Formats: sequence, structure tokens, C-alpha cells
Amino acid sequence: MSLGHIPAAPGSLCLTPSASASAKPAGPAIVQARLENGLDIIVIPDHRAPVVTHMVWYRNGSADDPQGKSGIAHFLEHLMFKGTRDNPQGKFSEIVAGFGGQENAFTSNDYTAYFQRVPKENLSVCMEYEADRMKNLVLTDEVVAPERDVVLEERRMRTDSDPADQLGEAVQAALFTHHPYGKPIIGWGHEIEGLERVDALAYYDRFYTPENAILIVAGDVEAPEVVELAKSTYGKLAAHGEAPKRFRPREPEPRAHRLVKLADEKVEQPSHQSVFLVPSYKTAEPGVAEALEVLAHLLGGGQTSLLFKSLVMDQKIAVAAGAHYAGTAVDQTRFYLYGMPAPGVTLDALDAAIDAIVAGVARDGIDESDLVRAKTRLVAEAIYAQDNQATLARWYGASLAIGLKLEDIAQWPDRIEAVTSEDVKKAARWLDKRRGVTGFLLQAPHEAQTAQAAE
Amino acid sequence: MTALAQTESPSRAASVQKVVSKGGIEAWLVEDYAVPLVALEFAVKGGAAQDPAGKPGVATMLAGLLDEGAGQYDSDGFHRALDDHAIEMSFSADRDVLGGRMQTLSRNTARAFELLRLAVTQARLDEEPVERVRSQLWAGLKREMNDPDYVAGRTFRAMSYPGHPYSSPVRGDLETMAGLTRADLIAMRSAVLARETLKIAVVGAIDAMTLAGHLDDVFGELPEKASLSAVTDIDFAGAGSRHVVAVDVPQSTIRFGRQGIGRNDKDFVPATVVNHILGGGIFSARLFREVREKRGLAYSVYSQLAAYDHGAMLIGGTSTKNERAAESMEVIQSEIANLSDNGPTEEELDKARKYLIGSYALRFDTSTKIAGQLVHLQSDGYDVSYLDERNKLIAAVTMDDAKRAAKRLFGDASLLVAVAGKPEGM
Repeated sequence: MSLGHIPAAPGSLCLTPSASASAKPAGPAIVQARLENGLDIIVIPDHRAPVVTHMVWYRNGSADDPQGKSGIAHFLEHLMFKGTRDNPQGKFSEIVAGFGGQENAFTSNDYTAYFQRVPKENLSVCMEYEADRMKNLVLTDEVVAPERDVVLEERRMRTDSDPADQLGEAVQAALFTHHPYGKPIIGWGHEIEGLERVDALAYYDRFYTPENAILIVAGDVEAPEVVELAKSTYGKLAAHGEAPKRFRPREPEPRAHRLVKLADEKVEQPSHQSVFLVPSYKTAEPGVAEALEVLAHLLGGGQTSLLFKSLVMDQKIAVAAGAHYAGTAVDQTRFYLYGMPAPGVTLDALDAAIDAIVAGVARDGIDESDLVRAKTRLVAEAIYAQDNQATLARWYGASLAIGLKLEDIAQWPDRIEAVTSEDVKKAARWLDKRRGVTGFLLQAPHEAQTAQAAE
Repeated sequence: MTALAQTESPSRAASVQKVVSKGGIEAWLVEDYAVPLVALEFAVKGGAAQDPAGKPGVATMLAGLLDEGAGQYDSDGFHRALDDHAIEMSFSADRDVLGGRMQTLSRNTARAFELLRLAVTQARLDEEPVERVRSQLWAGLKREMNDPDYVAGRTFRAMSYPGHPYSSPVRGDLETMAGLTRADLIAMRSAVLARETLKIAVVGAIDAMTLAGHLDDVFGELPEKASLSAVTDIDFAGAGSRHVVAVDVPQSTIRFGRQGIGRNDKDFVPATVVNHILGGGIFSARLFREVREKRGLAYSVYSQLAAYDHGAMLIGGTSTKNERAAESMEVIQSEIANLSDNGPTEEELDKARKYLIGSYALRFDTSTKIAGQLVHLQSDGYDVSYLDERNKLIAAVTMDDAKRAAKRLFGDASLLVAVAGKPEGM
């Protein structure tokens, strides 16, 4: 068994609590189209069950929040459920529930997405509504105020009650000294409190346009009918003239290793994370992102990985260890290494052992058999993803939303296969401490203990 | 579209083949070649409810060790064998069942079944992985110790079924974790891993004859009879009481609940419908509307009907800032009382039926989800025909049924409430 333990990191925030899917897809007969108003369309046929996943992705996320308005992308995502003139609050949700559909939305650093999973004959209703709220959202202070409280409760639940999440927030803020990935997706508490209706509407007018959106339809549908339906719904929306631009200040080249510590009485089990600034699939030179992907799998993808074997199995100084490459990002992104120490092992000792493993890969490279196994697993993920239309829709949506093309996705398995041990060795050089932040989650002495010690 | 029309959709049961091997092992198979994968899930009776007294976590620990070395492979060798072929395999224990899941690319099907056979019949339970898994469970419990959600859930559980195996923590207890022995694991394995209660479902690119052969290989060696300790049926306790555990956080995490209605009760289906109206759906549920949408009291609020082999509960939860925790509970309690006294409206009943009928299809849109559903149905005692009957049962729920079930389920609206945080006024 393995212990689920990924350090608190920005993934995406859902409108309502729900599981999220993530994986790497490939293969089926994908069709791409674009409406005259600039809306991109992707159709992913899957005829195994009479259901369809309908998603609209906007190419803006928390990293596009204006200065001083952190959390507005996420807050607007909540407010998008407040209705339009033709579809007052609750009407569409009632309709979706009426045919047994599911709906939700999520916000990430680089994108915001809305989706419904419904019996296939209800696709057109979803399209009509989603097109309506791309243009005609109505917000009043009466609905904005309680929803702001909901978001503050969401923040209290995710972050303010959880020291691990607070450390994660501090680590991100330290890693990105200038680039907005350093801001939490949900926003800083004091700025959420100040978000107003006019802020939401200004943001909405700027980003919610056909040119900025991607429609993904996966399921028991044929591409021509989907495109026709899209024309008769989304196609009625006027183009804004051009897609909104993202203004993202570039993160300077890092030079100083940063150590961030958080100690809290509620922490009983310490943990360690290191996060490094690395290229993303969008910014990397050809092959580099794929090499980082393979490196993450080799270092920390399950029980045959280097970190697990060395730290947990052989040295027995950790009870969990892993790695993760957050490659799907518009700008330079993060590579995570993490571990939980065994009883009596300090975080410094664990950190030094992790350093030694990474240095070993950068110096000596890796076993060919480990490389083959890592690639086999990664490429298989693309096939496993075909089993789940919702996973496929999310993979395509996220990839296109950060600016990748269909062929990038189609070629991904081949590009993973092409990664050599030399590529992996080179990729390990990105995990230079000067490029990163180390985060320690520590137990603070309990008040009672402190009082006793003082006596 | 009316609820009735939707129940006349193509038969889901007809897509399921009952495969019986030469050795008499039965599996439900959905043969489908659209994606080159095979997914299998199985379960046997005897999860955490079979943990020895004072030793919670044995079933979970056993499940965690089945893929940690088997036959000729030590732990590392077994995981390499899985990873070399990109085979996914995992085991877990619930209250009433211990189960496993396997997923493979179809080209590696034979290898996957071979490794599954080793895990099911020849897991080594070597000392190294036993100690390692123990330390992982230990660390997991330490990590959650002051997590408000864990604290509230655990308190709620202990108060709702005092003295019964259902009150024990499934993943073990820090106090007793060190005392779990290899002998406990071996005893649990021989008690529960038996053909008598075995339920299997397979979905994907495999035909019945090939599957039948693999079934005998993997499960044929298991003993016929399980030797389960008797678990008594238990009623929910503690309704009307409140328990606050102080955790220094700005938000109060709340669990609430009362006696539920079991799977074999004639009102189980109506109760499912009225629970959906209370807190089951997302946007349409009363609790969502009253607690979240109108008052902004919480991000998450829900209720569900939990049915176990020996008990049933209505359980719900929310998280709300300490200053407004009491207000949240008042709103929740008054919605429950209202549904008990007045039942749902015709419109609510109609929408709930439609939602539950229409959404059933969404449980069957991936191989792993289908396999999971088919094993659950079998373990809960249903036949294949239930796949088609289920929506008809929902459609047949009348207002009288709903009112009767609401009266029974919500009663006098007294609740067991467990809170972690620093709630004001509670």
C-alpha cells in the first residue's frame, strides 16, 4: 500500500466539493472546429454509454486576478451560478437535476471551467444555458454578499483550519516572488472580504467572451451534430474583436534557496516538501517537459520509484515519499519532491537524503530498466484515460487552455517514449536548491507542555 | 420527459453475462472492446467489522499488505512486476467487506490475473512490509489527529454505535496499532477470504471463456467457507446529544445524524428519495439552499443515507465559522423537522425522482465504475435484474410513500451532533 500524501499545492478549486480527475490521455478520433466568433470546439466521441460531458473552459485563472483583487477568478466562478435574465438563479440547476445530470465548475491558476455530465439527449439545453451565461450574467448585491461568505467558509475549511495548507500557501508565495502563481487560487482572506459586485462584473466583461473560451464535448455524440448545435447556441454570441490578453510578469531567475517553516500545535506528523521553478509544457524547449515528467515518475511515482525505495524501504527514514511535475501551466511552473519522516528522523536529515538522491541522478543518471518501466507506466496512463470521458475532456481542456495544440496531446506518448536516460539526467539539474523552496511542517510545543517547561 | 419514459431505456441487465467457471466461481461480466482494457473488482464479506476486539485496523492492514509481496516475489519484486506491465492493483477494507481492484491493458491480461492470483492466495505478509505498512498507517493517523473533519467523524462514530464493531476506526487506532500482529493478519485472512461470500465483476476486452479460466486460477484455491464472527444488528444511539471536541481552528466541523432505514426495509427506496430532497443533490437540496445559498453559512453541507449490513444511519455534515455554528445547526434541524412534519412538496418529489433515475447512467460510464457498481450490488444481495428494476422502484415512489419515509427517517428531528472546533453557543 502507499500512503496518499501530496503536499498542499494549487490544483483547482471546485464550486462544490467533489472528486477531481487527472490523468494523461491519447488516441480517439478527436474533431476540432472554430466558430466565426472565435469559440474553439473539441469533440471527443465515446459511444459506450448514452451520456455526454459538456465543458466550457475560459483561458483565465487566478494568475490573471488584478492586483489587490486576489480570488476574483474563483469568486466569479461561484457567481456564475447566480443566473441570467432568461434563466434566473436556480433555473438551470433545476433543469439539469431534472434529467439526472451533474454540474460543477473549477478554477485553477490558468483556467476556469464549467461542466455538466448529462444523458446525451440533453446536450443542447446545456449549450443554450452555457452560451447565455457567457454573455448575460446578472449579479445583485443580494446574491453576491452571501456567496462571498460561502467562499470565506471555503477558505476557512481548506486553509485556515489546516496548517499543511497554510504551509503550502507560504511555499508558493516564496517560490514565486513576482509571478502571480504565488497567490492562492482562492485569494488572500482579507482581499476576498473586499471583493464586490463591480469587481466581478469588470472581470467577467474582460474574460468571458467567445474568443477566450473552449468548448469540449465528450461522449455519445457525433462531431457534425455538436458543431451544428454549437453554431445555433454559442454561434449567436457576438465576437468581442480579439481575445483578452494575459499580462503575466515573468519570474526572475531564482538564485537563493529559501526555507519556509511552519510550526503548529495541531501538527502531530511532520512533513517535508521541496518545490522547484521549472519549465512547463508551454515554455520548455522541445523534450524538456517530457524529461521532467519521466524524472518525476522515476523519482516519486509509486513504490518502485527512487525516493520510495531509498528513503522508505532501504534507509527507513521516511514513511512516505514522492514527486510530482505540474507541467500543464502557461508559465514557468513547479516540480515537487515530498516526504514524511519516520519517527525520530529530523526534517533536515530527510532533506539531506533527498538531496543526495537527486544529486545522484544528476551525476550518474539512471538505470535503463527503471527508465523503461517509468515510460511504460506513463504511456499506459494515456490508454487508461480513454476509459473515462470526463478525464479525457479535462485533459484536452487543460492542455488547450494553456495554449497547447491537439497534436501536442496526440504526440505525447511518442515524446515520452523518446526520452533518453541522458535527457533525464539533464532534467535533474533543474532540481537545484537555488531554484527552489523547501517547506517544513513542524509540531509546535503544546501550550500545556510549554507551561510545564517554564515552571 | 417523464420519469416513466426514462425507465423504458435499453436494458442494462442484458449487457451483463453471468460467467460460471468449471470450479463454480461466478463473475458478472460486461464484455466491451471499445478500449483495450480489462477491469476487475471483487469483494468478500468481512471488513473492519471483523477486526478483533481491541484491535481495530487489522482488516485495513491486511488489505494494505496483499500487494506487498506474494509467492516468489518480495514486496519490491511484486511492485516491479506490476509496474513493468502498467498493471494497477489495490486492496482495501470497508466496514463490511474487504475488496480488491485490478486494471490492465488487455495485452497484459494473463500477467495481471497471475499477479492477482498471487496476491489473493499467496501474499507473504513478510515482516518488513508488515512493519512498513504499520508505520504508514501510524503516520496517517498522526497526520489526521487534529484535523477537524477526522475528529468530528471519529467522535460521531464512537457515539453512534457504542460498544459495537461499527464504532471502531476502520484504519486503526494509535493506542493499539503497535499490538497488531502477523498472527492477527493471518487469522483475518483465513476467516474472510473464502468463496462463500466472494463477489466478482469484470468489464472490458475479455470473453467469458477466457475469464472463466482465470477465475479458477485466481479464486479456485480459496476455501469454500468463511468463518466470520457474528456481528449483531445495532440501532443508532445518541440522538439528542451534542459532543464538542475543542480544536483550535476558526471553523466548526459538524457531523449530525440519527437512525436510518436499511436496505431490506420496504421504505428504503422512499427514504433514499427524501434524503435526496434534504441534502443529497448538490444545488437542489434543501440544505444547500438554506445553509449555503441563502445564508452563506458554509461551503459544504450534505446528508446521506448510509446502509450497512447490520445497521443504517442518516448522516450529514457541514463546516461553518465558529460564530455561526449554532445558527447552522438550527437551520439544519428546522429543515429536518419540516420535512418530517410536512413531507416534501409535489415538485420536490417529482424532481428528486427524475434526478435519481436520470443520474443512474452516470454510474456506468467507465469500466472501473461499472465493475464497482456490479460488485456492490452483489455484495448487497441484489440480482442482475436490479439494474433495470432500480429506476422503476424510484419512479413508483408516491407522495404517501415519501411522507411516510420522511416521518420515519426524520422523526422528532432529534440528532446526534459531533463538533470539532470552537463553536459559540453550542
